[in-house]
Amino acid sequence: MTRVGGGFLALIALTLPLWLPSAYHLHVAIMAGIFGVLALSLNLLLGYTGQLSLGHAAFFGIGAYTSALLTLKLEWSFWPALAAAVALAGAAGWFIGRLSLKLRGAYFVLVTISFAGVISLVSVNWIELTNGPLGLPGVPAPELGPWSLRTKTAYYYLVLAAVALSYVVSRRLVDSRIGRAFVALRENEALAESIGVDVTHYLVLAAVVSAAMAGLGGSLYAHYTRFVSPEVFLFSYTVTMVIMVVAGGKGTLAGPLVGAVLFTALPEALRAATSWQWQMLAYGVLLVLLVVFMPRGIVPHISASFSRTPRQ
Amino acid sequence: MLAVRNLAVRFGGVTALEGVSFDVRPGSITSVIGPNGAGKTTAFNAITGYLRPAGGRVTYEDVALTGLRPSAIARRGIVRTFQRTSVFPSLSVEDNVLTGLHLRGTAGFLAVLAGRQRLVSEERSLAADAAAIIEFVGLAHRRRETASGLPYGEQRLVELAVALAARPRVLLLDEPGAGMTGAEKTVVSGLIRKVREQNVTILLVEHDMRMVMGISDTVIVLNGGRVIAEGAPAEIQAHPDVIRAYLGASHGSA
Repeated sequence: MTRVGGGFLALIALTLPLWLPSAYHLHVAIMAGIFGVLALSLNLLLGYTGQLSLGHAAFFGIGAYTSALLTLKLEWSFWPALAAAVALAGAAGWFIGRLSLKLRGAYFVLVTISFAGVISLVSVNWIELTNGPLGLPGVPAPELGPWSLRTKTAYYYLVLAAVALSYVVSRRLVDSRIGRAFVALRENEALAESIGVDVTHYLVLAAVVSAAMAGLGGSLYAHYTRFVSPEVFLFSYTVTMVIMVVAGGKGTLAGPLVGAVLFTALPEALRAATSWQWQMLAYGVLLVLLVVFMPRGIVPHISASFSRTPRQ
Repeated sequence: MLAVRNLAVRFGGVTALEGVSFDVRPGSITSVIGPNGAGKTTAFNAITGYLRPAGGRVTYEDVALTGLRPSAIARRGIVRTFQRTSVFPSLSVEDNVLTGLHLRGTAGFLAVLAGRQRLVSEERSLAADAAAIIEFVGLAHRRRETASGLPYGEQRLVELAVALAARPRVLLLDEPGAGMTGAEKTVVSGLIRKVREQNVTILLVEHDMRMVMGISDTVIVLNGGRVIAEGAPAEIQAHPDVIRAYLGASHGSA
């Protein structure tokens, strides 16, 4: 059943540009895809190792700035810039992982917040490099061989490929002994060590992969909006990612994707329906209702009501 | 052979262990007993890397373990369980044991990302190993149940299964019978004997004297952070210092 459902969803995703009524809807779909990558990325840390990164926007921003600067200042083409964005964000993840070797829970959260704060300040103040608060306009659209991916339809498929890649990477990791080591760290760290799981090693690994994935999202964002400013480091981006992962269902792979689609589409739908004061209120009320009635998240809640023993 | 030499642990000004030395012979079942606060669990923690001793050394087959991380010590075949029940609570019994099989898996990061075919057969053989271990501790009927939902005695069996999955050469059990019914203790004693038959050396901390005297080859008595006696169960039961430590000086035999 899951297989049929998955195939159906893949078919919808692949044909989406054909039946969406307008470019605006396609824009929402692209943003949902970029946030899907980000939510999958945060989920590796939060859902599997159980460590909350509240500085995840830093990795997203590092990816965005790396890609923008390399294409603008050094005139790299998109693909190597994308690879560099992923690599540099991953390196930042390695740094954070090493820095917080023995820090867990609240202390891990603090390290990640501080890191994001520092990086954000750098982006505002290193004006020669980043152009400060004015940002970097004119980030080029990607090209694939002779074709430009400037159109929304083309970009949609690029983002969709990134979502698929992030999903496959996550899937393979969590289904392996590496994923079991992540979960062992979340469930019972002392026991994990006693059976030979080097939890520090696996926490660093999870941080690297998660940050690299966020860097991928950042690069895609930069080349889509064609503009990067210190706003990419806003705390609200991190909060949005956390909401998507938690409301969708942390520790599942479908959950963050469902969360990304829902919480990208919802503010847009509310914007169409009502004035902005009511928008935020309705958003808040819906979020509270979700958390109260589906505390484990949408996907675990639904799969639990299908079978009494939910799968991991 | 697991050798403990002059092990000392201090918490602030309190001396928890002082000059503790003993050997655990390969293939034996060795028990550590002693009144509450004698330093039994502290000794376990120092041997397995959860505590850094203030002095002394622990070696296994002449290789030093002192200063290594618990996971590195586990990789050398020394695996422990915990006094308080310790499982992966939200995972099924099967996934608990699969996680315990971590060291038997070989899949590395790149191989996993590449989705190598070899991994499929490795996963299959790990699943078979897990099933065999679960069968061994008698929890086959609970395979798919969530560990935290099991009755206490069965959770302790899950814990044992997880430790066995790590393929120990020396297994340190911290009060495996604590809080169990008499019948459950008999089951656990039987399992411990069967584990020993598979060439696993066992070091155990236990309060239940019947269990200790029934299964141990050697008993080590700790009191006040020192070893006060060591020998076969019959010798220990007759040892005047031991009787004094347990019953108080006025009851000491002549």
